[in-house]
Amino acid sequence: MLIDLFTVIAQVLNFLILVWLMKRFLYKPVLHAIDAREERIARVLADADKKKTDAQKEIDEFMHKNREFDRQRAALLSKATDDVKAERERLLEEARQAVDALSVKRQEALRNDAHNLNQAISRRTRQEVFTIARKALTDLAGTSLEDRMVDLFIRRLRELRGEEKGLLASALKTSHIPLIVRTAFDLPPAQCAATERAIKETFDTETQVQFETSPDLISGIELTMNGQKVAWSIADYVASLEKGVEELLKEKDKLEDKAGPKPE
Amino acid sequence: MRLSPDQIIFWQHGFIKLNATIVFTWGLMFVLAVGSKLITRKLSKGLKRSRWQNLLEIIVTGIEKQIEEVGLSQPQKYIGFLGTLFLFVAAASLCTVIPGYEPPTGSFSTTAALALCVFVAVPFFGIEEQGIGNYLKSYVKPTFIMLPFNIISEISRTLALAVRLFGNMMSGAMIIGILLTVMPFIFPIIMTLLGLLTGMVQAYIFSILAAVYIAAATRVSKVRPEHDANIEE
Repeated sequence: MLIDLFTVIAQVLNFLILVWLMKRFLYKPVLHAIDAREERIARVLADADKKKTDAQKEIDEFMHKNREFDRQRAALLSKATDDVKAERERLLEEARQAVDALSVKRQEALRNDAHNLNQAISRRTRQEVFTIARKALTDLAGTSLEDRMVDLFIRRLRELRGEEKGLLASALKTSHIPLIVRTAFDLPPAQCAATERAIKETFDTETQVQFETSPDLISGIELTMNGQKVAWSIADYVASLEKGVEELLKEKDKLEDKAGPKPE
Repeated sequence: MRLSPDQIIFWQHGFIKLNATIVFTWGLMFVLAVGSKLITRKLSKGLKRSRWQNLLEIIVTGIEKQIEEVGLSQPQKYIGFLGTLFLFVAAASLCTVIPGYEPPTGSFSTTAALALCVFVAVPFFGIEEQGIGNYLKSYVKPTFIMLPFNIISEISRTLALAVRLFGNMMSGAMIIGILLTVMPFIFPIIMTLLGLLTGMVQAYIFSILAAVYIAAATRVSKVRPEHDANIEE
């Protein structure tokens, strides 16, 4: 008999026991280990993915910041360049203005110096000329000249007319002090008398006449009374000439000022 | 002539007997259980693992993959039964290289027992998966007339399973035995190697057929919805 019932039953039992044993000792532990490993690998991969994502994110952020930084740097550099240009222009302009101002001032100073020197020279020349003239005339002055001078004075007195004469006459009448006649040299009595007579005749008064000597007159005669004066002297001529020359020089200066600074 | 290790009886007490089939089965059970226990005692859950663990993992994942390919969507549920079928038959064939060893699968009692287990397991998993009503309905599909044919089919395929395995294993052992008497050099070794290959193929065929029967029983009423779902995807 090929088939044995007991053996069949025993083998069925044996097989079921083996199924239980294999489940217990083989499939469960192995499958569990595999599942645990798969889970771990999945976790590691997920972690790696997350890290990769984070890294990519950080890279993106970094790149963005880098670009932003470059942009800001370029902007700052451009601004700084513009500022420097503007500052340079400003400084150059200031320097130019300062140079111009200095140049103008210098020109002004030079012109003033030149003007002062001109004035000084002209003044000195004038003084020298007049000093020489005075000296020459003083040297030439003498009695004959005095005579002639007194004659001229008397004639002038007699020729007085109008307002001048009226003013002098009224001054003589109101004055209580003597009338003073100044000369450069002492007059001889004859000429003193002639002068006194001419005064009395001209103004029709009996006023006392006092004669004084004044070397400043160079050569001449002068009648003063109460602020009024009748005179003839070389000093007067010289003073008149000096006045004329000064006026001429002032006029010339005015003309130069109006013309302005000469171009360089 | 001895056709089955059932005939080697070590001890007998009436109906109860201890023959070579049972003893070698116990031996195989001991080797498989203790070997598994020893290897799985220090299982590594990390990326580094021992060679033995690697071998076991390859075997287990291989079986799991095969079950899944047959069409069982939850291989971990069936791996205990189908995997043990394969490992037992494969181990019984592999051990034929040991002198004096008689494969328990060379006994018709053993193959019949295994076929009986499959015969019971098919409706068991079928009913568990789709309920007793739906499972029984599968016998009258497509028409009621098919009921006797379906029942005959169930029985005949179980018988075929048992006879196929027994025939192959018994013939293998018998051929080697005959050849040893005719030509005791070299040729028996080649035949033993061929017998190893045949044994592995038989183990694969047996467990795959069992898987197919279980898959057919558990998927009968689910074919259409799953098919539709696949089309939608």
